[in-house]
Amino acid sequence: MPWVLTVPAALALVFLLLPLAGLLVRAPWSTMGERLAEPRVLEALRLSLVTATLATAFCLLLGVPLAWVLARGDVPGRRLVRALVTVPLVLPPVVGGVALLLVLGRNGPVGRLLYEVSGFSLPFTTAAVVVAEAFVALPFLVISVEGALKTVDPRFEEAAATLGASRLRVFTRVTLPMVAPGVVAGAVLCWARALGEFGATITFAGNFPGRTQTMPLAVYLALETDPEAAIVLSLVLLAVSVGVLAGLRGRWAGAS
Amino acid sequence: MGRRVVIESRLVVGRPAFRLDIGLDVAAGEVVALLGPNGAGKTTALRALAGLVPMTGGHIRLDGEAIHDLPAERRPIGMVFQDYLLFPHLSALDNVAFGPRCHGASRKEGRRIAREWLERVGLAEHASARPGELSGGQAQRVALARALAVRPRLLLLDEPLAALDAHTRLDVRARLRRHLDDFDGAAVLVTHDPLEAMVLADRLVVVEGGVVVQQGPPSAVARHPRTGYVARLVGLNLYRGVADGHVVRLEGITLNTADAHAGPVFVAFPPSAVALYRHRPDGTPRNLWEATIGGVERHGDSVRVLLTGPLDASADVTSAAVAELDLRPGGRVWAALKATETHAYPA
Repeated sequence: MPWVLTVPAALALVFLLLPLAGLLVRAPWSTMGERLAEPRVLEALRLSLVTATLATAFCLLLGVPLAWVLARGDVPGRRLVRALVTVPLVLPPVVGGVALLLVLGRNGPVGRLLYEVSGFSLPFTTAAVVVAEAFVALPFLVISVEGALKTVDPRFEEAAATLGASRLRVFTRVTLPMVAPGVVAGAVLCWARALGEFGATITFAGNFPGRTQTMPLAVYLALETDPEAAIVLSLVLLAVSVGVLAGLRGRWAGAS
Repeated sequence: MGRRVVIESRLVVGRPAFRLDIGLDVAAGEVVALLGPNGAGKTTALRALAGLVPMTGGHIRLDGEAIHDLPAERRPIGMVFQDYLLFPHLSALDNVAFGPRCHGASRKEGRRIAREWLERVGLAEHASARPGELSGGQAQRVALARALAVRPRLLLLDEPLAALDAHTRLDVRARLRRHLDDFDGAAVLVTHDPLEAMVLADRLVVVEGGVVVQQGPPSAVARHPRTGYVARLVGLNLYRGVADGHVVRLEGITLNTADAHAGPVFVAFPPSAVALYRHRPDGTPRNLWEATIGGVERHGDSVRVLLTGPLDASADVTSAAVAELDLRPGGRVWAALKATETHAYPA
């Protein structure tokens, strides 16, 4: 193997792993137990897990049908729609948060309507956290599921139709089960992305402990006041991420 | 035929570079094979019957009722696909139960029906197997059971044996023949294998270039091909000519035939009816001409010699004859054809 390739490759690996190692080295292992039990940590963790899960459920509910339309539907401008779906993927999350605030804020066109009808103001609530996370994470799910749908031979769906299955039945009984691994992988990616969401959340939902302060926000805040707490919170997030990676191992690491 | 027509149809599918336009009627209990070269439109015709490709014209009436406007899921059909398309996430049993379930059967009832059909195709003990665990022949039988379990009026089979190896094919073909005999609806089979068509079908419909070029009982089609494609399929030399009694005038040569006709006719003879000689044979066989050897190829136990000259024809000779007559491309030989094996029929 030429060193021109192997040396940068080794450097890249070090670059990726060194910060994580630093996190482990600097962790206050002696006081870890009590720090983990701090209400602040548990609260942020609980909020993160709940909102990320709700955001994932929301993404599944809307994203799977969208992926189906992109993969199978004969809608006009499908390529444009696909391009638009990926915009949140490349958009800086903070910009996404600003955009959400402008539209769904109390003075935004949709937000005002919502407020007038229900008296509910979305920004700076737990629901806003879910919305911000879903906004950022949805493209991951859509792209993943669309990719899976494209690998399914549409003739299976034709076979189901000749057996008398309605369009909806074909989707729920044939298409969906056949892409189930892709949907699971997409959901896990989506969930991990939602769990780590920072920019859109802090912009759109603010940083209120117990209500909108998720783990990433808590890490950022703790870094200024109590660096050791930040390390502990980071380690928890790291553990969760590694857990997710382990769950995906069979599909992704094995396939690459 | 005396049997009631189940399917009465004219299938028109227009595409930019291709147009299918065939009429197809099938009686109850009848098995019709659509036979044709690749790209002839036979699979398109089958998919049009199933409702999987939209027709640009024509109609399909099943038991007198128009079904061409119905989507596939509302047509009383069953279809066996070339590669079966068994749902990989369902067991054999649930694959077969899928159709009955779509037609309103409860889970229990669907499985009962499915078990019955798996028994009928001899696969009861494989009910819980996933499609990936079945052999090709078993998968084909599950696919057939799945198609029949919805009690279709019209059974469609797309190259049902093409994916099987030669040995399995014989066994599966015999089983399929039995199931088709038991089936009381109309069956349409697509194939490019003439043997498969002859064994399985009551009637052949030969499709070339989107139109029907010949149809009839297999034996009649085999004896009296009307296109070069069919003639090659059944292994006959075929020509067009004009008959005057037992003599038929072809381009560049006249042949004596077994049958007497007048006017435009087809003339067909098997390659085995041609004998080759190094020198002009003694006596005067009535059909005799000098030909150039265009090619020599092995063909089963014999050797097929392609002749050019006044008449492009193939002749089958023994391997010994090849050496003895020094048959090599470009050489000249005398060809004699038995009039008794040369058949003429109206064009």
